[in-house]
Amino acid sequence: MSTGLLRIAPHIPLRVRRSTRLVERSIMVYRRTWMIIVSGFFEPLFYLLSIRIGFGALIGDVEVDGTLVDYAQFVAPALMASAAMNGAVYDSTMNIFHKLRNAKLYDTVLSTPLGPTEVALGEIAWALIRGLIYSTAFLVCLVALGMTSSWWVVLTIPACALIGLAFSSFGMAITTYMRGWNDFEFIPAATLPMFLFSATFYPLSSYGSYAWVVELSPLYHGVALIRALSLGEVEWSMVGHVVVLGVVSVIGMRIASRRLATLLMT
Amino acid sequence: MPETVLTQPAETATATAPVVAAVDIRKQFGAFEAVRGVSFEVRRGECFGFLGPNGAGKSSLMRMVSSVSPATSGTMSIFGLDPRTSGSQIRARMGVVPQTDNLDQELTVEENLLIYGRYFDLSRAECRRRAKDLLDFVQLGDRAQSRVEPLSGGMKRRLTIARSLMSKPELLLLDEPTTGLDPQARHVLWDRLYRLKEQGVTLVLTTHYMDEAEQLCDRLVVVDRGQIVAEGSPAQLIREHATREVLEIRVAASVVAGIESALSSLGLRTEVLPDRVLLYSNNGEQTLKDVHELGITTLSSLVRRSSLEDVFLRLTGRTLND
Amino acid sequence: MTTPVAVRVWEGQIRTVWNAWRTSVALSMTQPFIFLAGMGFGVGALVDAGDGAQSSLGGLSYVQFLAPALLATTAMMAGAFEAMWPVHDGFYWRRTFEAVAATPVSPRAVVNGLMLWWTTRVVVGVGGVAIALVVMPSTRSWGIIPAVVVSVLCGLGFAAPIASWTATRTSDTPFAALQRFVITPLFLFGGAFYPLTALPGAIRPVAWVTPLWHGVELCRSFTVGNSSPYGVYVHLGVLLAWCVAGYLACLVTFDRRIRR
Ligand SMILES: Nc1ncnc2c1ncn2[C@@H]1O[C@H](COP(=O)(O)OP(=O)(O)OP(=O)(O)O)[C@@H](O)[C@H]1O
Ligand SMILES: [Mg+2]
Repeated sequence: MSTGLLRIAPHIPLRVRRSTRLVERSIMVYRRTWMIIVSGFFEPLFYLLSIRIGFGALIGDVEVDGTLVDYAQFVAPALMASAAMNGAVYDSTMNIFHKLRNAKLYDTVLSTPLGPTEVALGEIAWALIRGLIYSTAFLVCLVALGMTSSWWVVLTIPACALIGLAFSSFGMAITTYMRGWNDFEFIPAATLPMFLFSATFYPLSSYGSYAWVVELSPLYHGVALIRALSLGEVEWSMVGHVVVLGVVSVIGMRIASRRLATLLMT
Repeated sequence: MPETVLTQPAETATATAPVVAAVDIRKQFGAFEAVRGVSFEVRRGECFGFLGPNGAGKSSLMRMVSSVSPATSGTMSIFGLDPRTSGSQIRARMGVVPQTDNLDQELTVEENLLIYGRYFDLSRAECRRRAKDLLDFVQLGDRAQSRVEPLSGGMKRRLTIARSLMSKPELLLLDEPTTGLDPQARHVLWDRLYRLKEQGVTLVLTTHYMDEAEQLCDRLVVVDRGQIVAEGSPAQLIREHATREVLEIRVAASVVAGIESALSSLGLRTEVLPDRVLLYSNNGEQTLKDVHELGITTLSSLVRRSSLEDVFLRLTGRTLND
Repeated sequence: MTTPVAVRVWEGQIRTVWNAWRTSVALSMTQPFIFLAGMGFGVGALVDAGDGAQSSLGGLSYVQFLAPALLATTAMMAGAFEAMWPVHDGFYWRRTFEAVAATPVSPRAVVNGLMLWWTTRVVVGVGGVAIALVVMPSTRSWGIIPAVVVSVLCGLGFAAPIASWTATRTSDTPFAALQRFVITPLFLFGGAFYPLTALPGAIRPVAWVTPLWHGVELCRSFTVGNSSPYGVYVHLGVLLAWCVAGYLACLVTFDRRIRR
């Protein structure tokens, strides 16, 4: 095992290894503010409790594809997907913009062997790690509150990572076009409708003939993926959702590293 | 897996090959051409200077040498490598002190050095060792655990310089290293740079300060409006573009207007500055007598050896500290 | 006659943020519509179809129940936000308040100016919700006017006490915790999305103490009916008590911080 690792390790592309240096830096910074990350555990708890206490009592069951599902169990996975999106968007927009414009962090980084691609990879990796911590917290709450009915739910962690990847690469790409802090007003203008209309709070069938609009939202594919895993209704069509999120990630990453190169290497 | 991948100077070329060779470099920002066809060579182990007024294009040149800013045209070779394709390898062997400090505000003084070393793939233990030595080297040892923000401007400058040395660079680029330092700190820094040069580090620096250029540079180029207007050692430049001595006189404001024509009969090069008049001659005392014989009363006068400042004034028509 | 100093402080704040705000105002006007469309009508359809929802919502449809409450939650969010980062900014990053200390402006005038500013900010913030309430026939009522006044009180009821605390902080780290452990739970459990009776009896008194629930109840009763005069006085009393206490606390802590 260990010799196998040794044989594999040197083949890790230099780029990837170098980009982990930025993750190291983030860990250095966040070591001092670990409270913020830890207290993040409470947020899913509050949301889930509120759904269960409030809407669960008001709504009861909803019909999804012919079967009745407890409303809280229906919404909880969607909240998990949205949380993955929001965390990734926050980390890759506000945070990156600050480092890009105010802190000039990347100017420093670019005077070392690291290049723009490594910067993009490193920051996305860090957003993913934070997302991982957060979605684990979410999963723990889901299970503890009995709001899931299948062991497939364990796979929501990688699914959340995929959502995080898609939104942080895309968020980062968009951030490179931001002119000032004012432009950040537009981010909730994009994420709020997505949060509300990605089959989050009611089944896709309620949108009737507008369902195709919902399917345009990348979050919808994340919600569908996580909901299926949480309810244990796993089927082959889920590959489609994975592909959509994967494509968004790749496109976002390409744009982000290109744009970082033009912004930083002038 | 080897932790340390510090690139050792691959002796591909002979020891006399230039560290930096630039031919007809141009840099365009939109419609504005900041660097307009510049060629120069930096030899191994020397200290090379760019001297020029604000906006001359010094920083633009430095950024191109540091391989983060592609030249619009022209060819550049650093360590025999092309910065457009081998930027990463080049930067691995180079230390950079940018004009404005870009220290990591979220980290402590020591952490700034540690993480910078990590960017160069140094092991953690090695980073800690070097950070300690360098903090002593720039006299910041007692501030290791402090945040960066409360440091004074001069301390930040010294930390930036220490940071650039973390990777033990073969080539050190310093963009106005002593701007904002008090005279004492400046002399300390000069001393440190001397020691680096003794160790064989090649230095490239930009400056507005004549004394700095005279003190440190083996060779320098004077840059003005994106072009090189003179090149040589400090002594050479003084010899070629100035006289042996300079007479500085101050006169009453009422006389200033006509003074240039009044002095023309002396046949010397004259510069009328807002606060004083400079006369270039090989015998200052004699020139002062001549001035008085013309019936001009001076409020004060000074004869001094000519310096790079005079060269600069001659070549660019501007003083440095305007 | 010269402009009162407090008005000048207020004007300064307005100017600082106006540029940043042009898009913000437009967007904050549209967001309530989107939110109501998603939550009010979408979730509302599920709620109204459920059994017994009508009785637990006091005979209101879900949109009628939720929309007025958004006045209060929006006011809370705006007030709490303005009292944290921007006030810290004034003390710490931009040091505008400290700069004020070098002029004849007194700390009291700074506080007065900020109260005016928070009022403006809350009115602009809830403006979009108010428009939505007027546009929808089921919530349209003259009661919108007192409801907006109430949401201002609700916003100030958060802004003033929080700002007085912000003035004693030297870093912005605790803000995230306040947001996470006070503001978000209040938003979720403060009676805006479902009646307080759904909560376990033990934690209901928490909601009774904070300004949000009183704001929510008042906004609801002014716009969609069912107000008892007795209830109105009690709710108003609590809101005013928070505003006044917060204001007095601000006077003390701002004075200490500015004259330090
Ligand atoms: N990124 C950029 N975009 C547009 N113009 C630029 C950019 N960077 C530099 N310039 C312009 O190029 C010219 C040269 O700038 P540069 O910073 O190289 O001068 P400098 O010699 O370093 O001056 P100083 O002594 O003030 O540092 C200036 O006119 C500047 O405005
Ligand atoms: Mg410069």
